[in-house]
Amino acid sequence: MSPAVPERAPAVPEDWELVVGLEVHVELSTATKLFCGCANRFGDEPNTNVCPVCLGLPGSLPVTNSAAVDFAMRLGRALGCEVRGAVFARKNYFYPDMPKDYQISQYDQPTNTEGRLELPDGRTVGIERAHIEEDTGKTTHIGGGGRIHDADYALVDYNRAGVPLVEIVSRPDIGGAEQARAYVRELRAILLAIGVSDARMEEGSMRVDANVSVRPAGADELRTRCEIKNLSSLRALGRAIVYEAQRHVDLWSGGERPRQETRHWDEANGRTTPGRSKEDADDYRYFQDPDLVPLAPAAETVAAIDAALPPLPAARRADLAADGGGAVSAEDAALLVERGQDGLVRAAVAAGADPGVAATRVANDLAVDDWSPVTPQGLAALVAMETSGRLTATQSKQVLAEMAEGGGTPDAIAQRHGFQAMAGDDLAAVVDQVIAGNPDAWSRFCAGDEAERKKLAGFLTGQVMRATRGRADGAAVNRLLGERTGRQTERDQV
Amino acid sequence: MSPAERAPTDSRRAYPSGVSGRITRDEAAHVARLARLRFSDGELDELAAQLSAVLDHAADVEALDVTDIAPTSHPHPLVNVTRADEVRPSLDRDEVLAQAPSVDSGQFRVPPILGDAP
Repeated sequence: MSPAVPERAPAVPEDWELVVGLEVHVELSTATKLFCGCANRFGDEPNTNVCPVCLGLPGSLPVTNSAAVDFAMRLGRALGCEVRGAVFARKNYFYPDMPKDYQISQYDQPTNTEGRLELPDGRTVGIERAHIEEDTGKTTHIGGGGRIHDADYALVDYNRAGVPLVEIVSRPDIGGAEQARAYVRELRAILLAIGVSDARMEEGSMRVDANVSVRPAGADELRTRCEIKNLSSLRALGRAIVYEAQRHVDLWSGGERPRQETRHWDEANGRTTPGRSKEDADDYRYFQDPDLVPLAPAAETVAAIDAALPPLPAARRADLAADGGGAVSAEDAALLVERGQDGLVRAAVAAGADPGVAATRVANDLAVDDWSPVTPQGLAALVAMETSGRLTATQSKQVLAEMAEGGGTPDAIAQRHGFQAMAGDDLAAVVDQVIAGNPDAWSRFCAGDEAERKKLAGFLTGQVMRATRGRADGAAVNRLLGERTGRQTERDQV
Repeated sequence: MSPAERAPTDSRRAYPSGVSGRITRDEAAHVARLARLRFSDGELDELAAQLSAVLDHAADVEALDVTDIAPTSHPHPLVNVTRADEVRPSLDRDEVLAQAPSVDSGQFRVPPILGDAP
């Protein structure tokens, strides 16, 4: 980000409220595309996963992938949607990302309607629909600094054309940037939990557009909205919503009104820029695709999907909280469930681990893709070593990192490093050395007021840590320092 | 697509009814523009008349009482025609790209695109 860009206010003025609806496109992790047997695989050489169907060659006919329909219905049920009979329709337009000159989607009869998503804070966002459609090819604009309007030409890769997508359309129930991010995170956690998508925003398998408008606080009208595209991270999503809402407030406050249009998020400059105008109403001439017959899921099919749904993130957070007896913070619980590490922590707690320490250690220090070498028993043993004072927090983090790399049991790793939290007489001797070596700091510590004392306690503890190369237990050092002044020092002052 | 543009989920209301009536030259021109076709005014008048005749024919159905008849989405009484999620061989890329007028770096090369993707 350029330092010349002024920071926008973090929130819109209090007498306005935000109205946000999100459209999230999710690529389904099927083996093949939606209507042909080409591999659905990210990152392959361009145009190697193409066939007559996804290239739109004359005479080719689409056949629906049963797994894609199953995944879409699974997502629908996880979002509490009604799963209905559905019809595929053609969305007609001219753009080289689809060689057929239409995209097969669902229009007036989508597979999933009328669901809801509950955010971790308990707020519910309505889901209008979650329909199946095919993804488009990837166009790369060459020349003109990558900007569309200045490009010399474009290159097209059809590997992505025909990859199955579900588009999840929320109701405008989202009241701000933070809720929007919470919605996307929760949706992502659900997608991962039910195993229908890898939902990676950075790889484009989860793409978010935001419809943003504002209204006077307390009103229930819906004012002109703008659709913001190109939001490729949760951070971009939050920043774009705040920027756009502020822009609308400025316009309304100045007696103007926003134009209904599509806008692009410009990450580098932290602003939205106008794209297509919606006044020039899109006319996609939807009609039912005559090459495809309707989907009509039987009641037993839907019942079987319901029966096979795994526990969803909200239920898993509740389970983790219950097992933790209040010791697991809401933030840790959300993060653990999002990463799928709640099972590990719960099993470690069942094996005797302190819930709060186990949750915090994993949430903070096990942010890796593959933690399979860490067993519940190993984690429980590590937590026990930390809570008993044998390992400091710093040492515990390092041991956990090596456990994740398959380094062995926590005991073996700690021994290999000679880790042992220093305590007792050894530690007292080091504390005395530090006091002797820093007479000025020590006298100011002894004589200082609370603030001064706290500051110097930090300095002296740091000296002890340095002398012991991190093996000292901070709480023990603080206690020893306090004992030596003859006054008690609160543990939490360090 | 934004929610306000969507058709209602009840298919009976999704497509406009009342198909009878004349197609104007402007409407014919609009349809032609969407299809990237250009016609003279004379041709547009002729096409408007032909399109009107097609709609008049469809309007004959309106005379029938279709209450309690579910909308037909396909002439064949088939539903749920699907295939197993199994990878089948794709085409050879060189063969595919040999059909293209312009190729660059294993990709289709197309003229600069004005405007955004839909």
